[in-house]
Amino acid sequence: MDFDRIKEKLNILADAAKYDVSCSSSGSKRTNTNKGLGDSSGMGICHSYTEDGRCVSLLKILMTNYCIFDCAYCVTRKSNDIKRAAFKIQEVVDLTINFYRRNYIEGLFLSSGIFKSPDYTMERLIAVAKKLREEENFNGYIHLKSIPGASDELMREAGLYADRLSVNIEVPTISGLKLLAPDKKHEDFTKPMLKVKNEIIQYKSEKKLIRSTPKYAPAGQSTQMIIGATGESDKDIMYSATHYYKNYNMKRVYYSGYVPVAEDIRLPAIGTQVPMLRENRLYQTDWLLRFYGFNVQEILNNNHPNLDIDIDPKLGWALRNLNHFPIDINKADKLMLARVPGIGLKSVHKILNARRFRNLNWEHLKKIGIALNRAKYFILCDSNKWVHRDLDADKIKGMIIQNSAGKFRKEYSTQLELFNSKAV
Amino acid sequence: MNNSKVLIYDGSFNGFLTTIFVAFEEKVTVSQIQKETVCQSGLFSETQTVLTQVDKAKRVWNGIQKKSNSALKNIYFAFQSESQDVELLLYRYICKLFTHETSIAYDYSDGVVLKISQLAKSVGREKHRMEAFVRFQLTKDGIYFANIEPDFDVLPLISKHFRSRYADQYWLIYDVKRKYGIYYDLEKVEIVSLDLFEIHSNSIHKSHKMTANEYDYQDLWNNYFKSTNIKSRINLKLHTQHVPKRYWKYLSEKKQAI
Repeated sequence: MDFDRIKEKLNILADAAKYDVSCSSSGSKRTNTNKGLGDSSGMGICHSYTEDGRCVSLLKILMTNYCIFDCAYCVTRKSNDIKRAAFKIQEVVDLTINFYRRNYIEGLFLSSGIFKSPDYTMERLIAVAKKLREEENFNGYIHLKSIPGASDELMREAGLYADRLSVNIEVPTISGLKLLAPDKKHEDFTKPMLKVKNEIIQYKSEKKLIRSTPKYAPAGQSTQMIIGATGESDKDIMYSATHYYKNYNMKRVYYSGYVPVAEDIRLPAIGTQVPMLRENRLYQTDWLLRFYGFNVQEILNNNHPNLDIDIDPKLGWALRNLNHFPIDINKADKLMLARVPGIGLKSVHKILNARRFRNLNWEHLKKIGIALNRAKYFILCDSNKWVHRDLDADKIKGMIIQNSAGKFRKEYSTQLELFNSKAV
Repeated sequence: MNNSKVLIYDGSFNGFLTTIFVAFEEKVTVSQIQKETVCQSGLFSETQTVLTQVDKAKRVWNGIQKKSNSALKNIYFAFQSESQDVELLLYRYICKLFTHETSIAYDYSDGVVLKISQLAKSVGREKHRMEAFVRFQLTKDGIYFANIEPDFDVLPLISKHFRSRYADQYWLIYDVKRKYGIYYDLEKVEIVSLDLFEIHSNSIHKSHKMTANEYDYQDLWNNYFKSTNIKSRINLKLHTQHVPKRYWKYLSEKKQAI
């Protein structure tokens, strides 16, 4: 192996792949059998974190960054004057195995620029996964990026070797897609998604009859959309995400704050700050929808099309719906407890267990680890002190912001300053 | 208070469980439980040394298991924390467990229960970190070797994870702080006590004990780590929160130069 050449390729093709935000390596059920290498039956592990704070759990690379398309938001676009490189199939296999054996990674995340044709590209991705599974007896995690426009037959084959498949929808609205990726059609993205969804459904029903049915994408499929590139609202984004969760059985939708990589009149200028806080709020909302029993309309609607930047979405919802509060910690049901700002699902679980032994008071709640600085305005407990009294939403919000050393507070205030100075 | 006793045991988990057995059987008023290596004889309390007996330990283990599986896990994990006086705290926890009808493992409003579950949680976090931060280096003997220096004694807790993951390679994980390791020989994992003189942190120095390619792969990984960073999103505070600095010396991606 020519390490210097590999190093150069790895630098180029890791650099180009880093804008894919998915790093999940859990949710599969591939156990190590016959003394092979690797196991992906447990939870995923972040083996390291980049200096920007993102998890590194998979070797995330492109097969190649040559591309026949010219999507404005993409660093690999045809018109971009950058160094190009391509891995050989065996090189990706060797890298994966050697990194995995040293416990650097949970597996491989393989994407690619599109060279020659979608099918030609997809075939090469599949060849890597097939080699890993069949020749190396590798049971680690494999996430293959489906190439938009790849054929149904190839999508079927890909799912036999990969734990997860994903196609990035990239732009949350169809009109935005037309603007930024004129070569691509909306159906190029949704057709492979639909195929994968149907294959998973079919696999699950066949599995019931024939136990030996080969696994098909056991960790499901995911997608990603770029935010902050086309002026869409948070409502547009989350309604679109809800659509993919519901109609394509997505395991995850990722939101990727647009990192300016091109001088293009259609896009935010290079040097524009990445909307990290907005991204964070979208993920919080995503969580509320998937785990906390919220409906998307409760959080985002025509009266409220964008998330609050200064407070988290659950607190925002609670302040707009004060009529539901206060609730009694010792009596409220699980769903209602989960709706209290400052109480996460783990705390809900602890409260439900602990209150079987005695009525809980402020001291208990504090010890359990509830964020009382937020929660105290919305709850009653075994104490006659009630903090809420007759405060209105604005007052509560003011007091919470004042008393919290929120992790984004500093960033938020500098963003405001920037905005103000520009406006002047 | 005259009849209270300090119980001394050998420091092993089985030894601790035997102590619990003895305390219950002989109705001892326990004032302290101490490892023989660190014990200080109190002026006023009587001491009793307990000899480890696996069958007695097993009975306590089974008794706890019958009460609650999560209590069992909490006890084992909290014990590995090596925190000061954890034995006495565990003793109180076990007393509670056996005197209550319902399982107290979830009574987070109780001080002892909460403390044990917090200790268990810390140890659990360290276990998870070690599953993540072990960096194997391939020796010329064909063994994937790693040094670790965890805050808690987690080697017994991570053994299964590595065994099921690296079933087809020889590996050895050595705890620098506690001077013992776990070794997998393609069949089973064994505890090995050895005093290593050479510690393989990610220093500039290359050991002749490793295969030639080893440093090429470390180099590739180190480069990958740098290339995958997005500079316009830099957040070093978050980075060090996830990868505390005390672990850096064994992480090949943190190597300054080779």
